Amino acid sequence: MKFVDEYRDIKSVKVLSKQIEEIVTRPWSIMEICGGQTHTILKYGIEELLPKQITLLHGPGCPVCVTPLEQIDKAIAIASRSGVIFTSFGDMLRVPGSKDDLLSMKANGSDVRMVYSPLDAVKIAEENKDKKVVFFAVGFETTAPVNAISVVEAKRRGLKNFSILCSHVLVPPAIEALLSSEDCMIQGFLAAGHVCTVMGYEQYIPLAEKYRTPIVVTGFEPVDILQGILMSVKQLEEGRFEVENQYNRVVTKSGNQSAKKVLDTVFDTIDRKWRGIGTIPKSGYALKKSFQDFDSEKIFDVGTIEQNESPLCIAGEVLKGTKKPNECSAFGVLCKPEIPLGAPMVSTEGACAAYFHYGKNKSLNANSEIRV
Amino acid sequence: MCLAVPGKIISIDNSNSELRMAKINFGGIIKEACIQWLDDVTIGDYVIVHAGFALNKIATEEAEETIRILNEMGDLLDKEDSKEN
Ligand code: SF4
Repeated sequence: MKFVDEYRDIKSVKVLSKQIEEIVTRPWSIMEICGGQTHTILKYGIEELLPKQITLLHGPGCPVCVTPLEQIDKAIAIASRSGVIFTSFGDMLRVPGSKDDLLSMKANGSDVRMVYSPLDAVKIAEENKDKKVVFFAVGFETTAPVNAISVVEAKRRGLKNFSILCSHVLVPPAIEALLSSEDCMIQGFLAAGHVCTVMGYEQYIPLAEKYRTPIVVTGFEPVDILQGILMSVKQLEEGRFEVENQYNRVVTKSGNQSAKKVLDTVFDTIDRKWRGIGTIPKSGYALKKSFQDFDSEKIFDVGTIEQNESPLCIAGEVLKGTKKPNECSAFGVLCKPEIPLGAPMVSTEGACAAYFHYGKNKSLNANSEIRV
Repeated sequence: MCLAVPGKIISIDNSNSELRMAKINFGGIIKEACIQWLDDVTIGDYVIVHAGFALNKIATEEAEETIRILNEMGDLLDKEDSKEN
């Protein structure tokens, strides 16, 4: 596939890993914020292609993982009501709540449907006026405008039976929370390319300056990741801390103006709880007052649900990059993708799940995965 | 979750001015996506699509230039390797 295959090319991968090796003089820790990138790194064994001085820390950038348990329980409580069609992206369906997951609700007779786009959920609402259709709106700034437009569309079409369970989270406040924490080990960031496709990278400039930390907007293929690492290491070695754009085939400085306008119209920024991390100020979206009629939490009074995480789980440290998944005593034994104890094991983009799927510390042969 | 996939626009449907749609070819698989947020796209352009929405046009020339440079360097590296062996 064009713009994919050439970014998995083994020759280019070798060129970049050689360049990194040539410029590195001392140890550096770089965090990739996005779970999609963590997945690529583990899948293609990128860490094995890097000089020993470079440590990759895996960040909290998997919206499925950081959605709090109580929010999943709310989704399940709503989906269990009669007359409700509960719609969601596929990856949220398997995430276990404290008792059930949405997929087993479906097996038990609840009307739970997987959709590819939130507009499909709007269509379902239009075709089922006697039912209440709920869409589980999760995701970062990449997905938020798409989910926002479903509400705009529902309003425009005069639908009274459509609402969203809004659980959106935002990347820059999470980066700030990580950088300002006392035990921060992160010296450079790879920022999430698709989040920046929508938002641009302007927002990151004050962060790079305030915390004197290079931030490189990076894509998702092996060549992208290695080039992002090369650009970060170069900055670190030269004592620079700037925002640079590796993913310039897709990302611009100011992002997609129309998508950003939709976000401003539909959402207010609020404090949000992140699973495994806790509440981060101004790190999420809630529907604005003018769209309250489309807020599932207002329509279905599910109350407050408080849930405690397993005491064994060290997700907080994993998500901050202070510990690797395989340093957790529960990893692979008590905690597996089928029976996750914590956030980073619940989706394939979570660091613990990625470690589990691709073998902890297993030296992957790049040639077997990367197109030769 | 934040996965977005590159594809080529093969047709455009402007019948709903609030939600302009396009048929997009993703390496042989054809799917519909909304192109409302992109003003200047035409048939043949590459776009990056997430959850049924095109988020941005791909800057083809810049992308190809990066790859061309990496390829040339890769060729040089191969030559050096074969000399050493
Ligand atoms: S392996 Fe499981 S228990 Fe351990 S940190 Fe990861 S999610 Fe938590």
